[in-house]
Amino acid sequence: MKVSLFATCLVDLFQSNIGKSTVELLERLGCTIDFPKGQTCCGQPAYNSGYVKASRETMKHTIRAFENAQYVVCPSGSCAYMLKEYPHLFEDEPFWQERAEKLAMKTYELSQFIVNVLKIEDVGAKLEGTATYHPSCHMTRLLQVQSAPLTLLRHVKGLEIIELPLKENCCGFGGTFSVKMGKISEQMVDEKVMNIQSTGVHYLIGADAGCLMNIGGRMRRQDLQVETKHIAEILNMV
Amino acid sequence: MAMKISNGQFPDRVDENLQNEFMRNAVSSAQHRFQTRRAAAAEELGNWEEWRNHGEEIRQHVLSNLDYYLYELSENVEKQGGHVFFARTAEEANDYIVSIAQKKQAKKVVKAKSMVTEEISLNDHLKQAGCEVIETDLGEYILQLDDHEPPSHIVTPALHKNKEQIREVFAEKNGYVNSSIPEELALHARHVLREHFLTADIGITGCNFAVAETGSVCLVTNEGNADLVTALPKTQITVMGMERLAPTFEEMEVLVSLLTRSAVGQKLTSYITVLTGARKPLEVDGPEEFHLVIVDNGRSSILGSEFEPILQCIRCAACINVCPVYRQIGGHSYGSIYSGPIGAVLSPLLGGYDDYKELPYASTLCGACTDVCPVKIPLHQLLHKHREVIVEREGRAPVSETALMNAFGFGTASSALYRFGSKMASAAMKPFGNGDTISRGPGPLKAWTDIREFPAPNKERFRDWFEKREKDGEQG
Repeated sequence: MKVSLFATCLVDLFQSNIGKSTVELLERLGCTIDFPKGQTCCGQPAYNSGYVKASRETMKHTIRAFENAQYVVCPSGSCAYMLKEYPHLFEDEPFWQERAEKLAMKTYELSQFIVNVLKIEDVGAKLEGTATYHPSCHMTRLLQVQSAPLTLLRHVKGLEIIELPLKENCCGFGGTFSVKMGKISEQMVDEKVMNIQSTGVHYLIGADAGCLMNIGGRMRRQDLQVETKHIAEILNMV
Repeated sequence: MAMKISNGQFPDRVDENLQNEFMRNAVSSAQHRFQTRRAAAAEELGNWEEWRNHGEEIRQHVLSNLDYYLYELSENVEKQGGHVFFARTAEEANDYIVSIAQKKQAKKVVKAKSMVTEEISLNDHLKQAGCEVIETDLGEYILQLDDHEPPSHIVTPALHKNKEQIREVFAEKNGYVNSSIPEELALHARHVLREHFLTADIGITGCNFAVAETGSVCLVTNEGNADLVTALPKTQITVMGMERLAPTFEEMEVLVSLLTRSAVGQKLTSYITVLTGARKPLEVDGPEEFHLVIVDNGRSSILGSEFEPILQCIRCAACINVCPVYRQIGGHSYGSIYSGPIGAVLSPLLGGYDDYKELPYASTLCGACTDVCPVKIPLHQLLHKHREVIVEREGRAPVSETALMNAFGFGTASSALYRFGSKMASAAMKPFGNGDTISRGPGPLKAWTDIREFPAPNKERFRDWFEKREKDGEQG
């Protein structure tokens, strides 16, 4: 099965490990990976801040970049959701809306793709230890991918998943919110970190690089021992 | 009290409230309580999503036919002997109500809880006209006694206060000498308020829903105070936001179920009272005169705009009770009597961007509010819509941000520019990094690194790794 990877800008620039793990994982599961070179960013940083016009060009660019893809897989619930939202954002441009619709139809978040398209629940990963999972907001509420990541994580040999208290509360990332409303964001991420610590786990796992940069960055600042991992990195441990 | 409750700046209010440890604990434990009860009450119905769809349908239908139902309502109120007044502005509403008070030579007014009367500053106007105004909802009464402190929540206005603080307020203002046991505090309020109910000339209520078909007003409370406000004084005035309508009792019942379950996790509140007109011959209680004041105050300009869905709101506060931002900053930070997600959407619409342009940004767009709304208002999308309007229509975004975002749009809409820019990032960030992490970032990154570490850009971008790997022929 040929899969076109939408790596996302955060992974391309700051978290290449997540991209590498995604490629190796999907190859192990029998996919051929293609990385359309034209890809940049889904457009969320500008779009969510209200710069809708500026973000439209980015969106059109992304639509073009993936025009020939059969499946588009993205290791981020938030960016995958953004791609799926494109058709709504081009309601006044039917030419682009039709193309956006095609992209939305073939776009999947990584865990959703493995469980729902590849129909695999056990990817053969192994990791000794305890972990808790932070369900990021866009992935859980907007993309509605809730059980797939947990299904995959529960099959990781040796890994015990402990539920995160108040898991549904946002970690305080919110894109530019994290810097625009820094003081509020700090309190939100502190509460998230406190809840993670209360589980006493070795690993914090998430499926969105943005949230993980926020929570992981805060834990690192506080010299905490919990390791922050993207789900692709965990599933790639064999 | 007006809608606006502070002349300060949003960041200052946030700073102040973040220091209020007590308030923050009270809010987080209240959120827990409200969320748990709401979830159980919704679960109990078995088909909550169908109920939400139905609620949304009813509210949208009412808004699409608002002129029709307002006409029907006013006709039916008048048929029952009531008087109807349409107030275009807060001023018109206040003038009308004050004129009734003057006509009745009213000395004392008792009030049931009503956000719209807070919005129009009715109490101040009545006081200026020489009336004593007594709030009879326990939460509102406490705040009124405490030098008119503004509400921090639309359903439980004194949420930010604990029983010890309430005891202090009662002691200082009323000479209360008993304990801070809630029952004793409530008993004290009852004694004081009972006297006021018996001696008031006018009773003023809000309106949860008006029923167009019958000209009735539905009031939802847990304290029964609204029943006394409407049963004892000779004159009753009900003030309603112009959108708070249900076509018939059938729809009202659905909306009340959604309201009580979403607001407080109850199947029904202790009192759900439906009143139709003034006292009829042979009836033993109720007012001799009934006035319905229907307030526009900016609502008709929302109607037909991209923000129309906010008028679906039934003021249950479920969005406030799940909001992770409200959780940290509390209601007073919003600077408006309408706080939380509903407030962040509604306040700029009713009060303008000059005072409220920060509120739409006080959200991570996490969508918890949208998920829980019983009438399916897309709250996080409306918050986003405000941002779009502020940036693109109003041109109020900071210049530096606009430059940055335009550069972003430009740079990410072109593969070549993106490749160049992203390659430069690693070199540009080098002086700030310490291996794989940046602790003190420059420019816009500073706000991030004030709080958390930022990952240093990859030495080799993911795309370079992929390309190299492809070239080396390692691909399986």
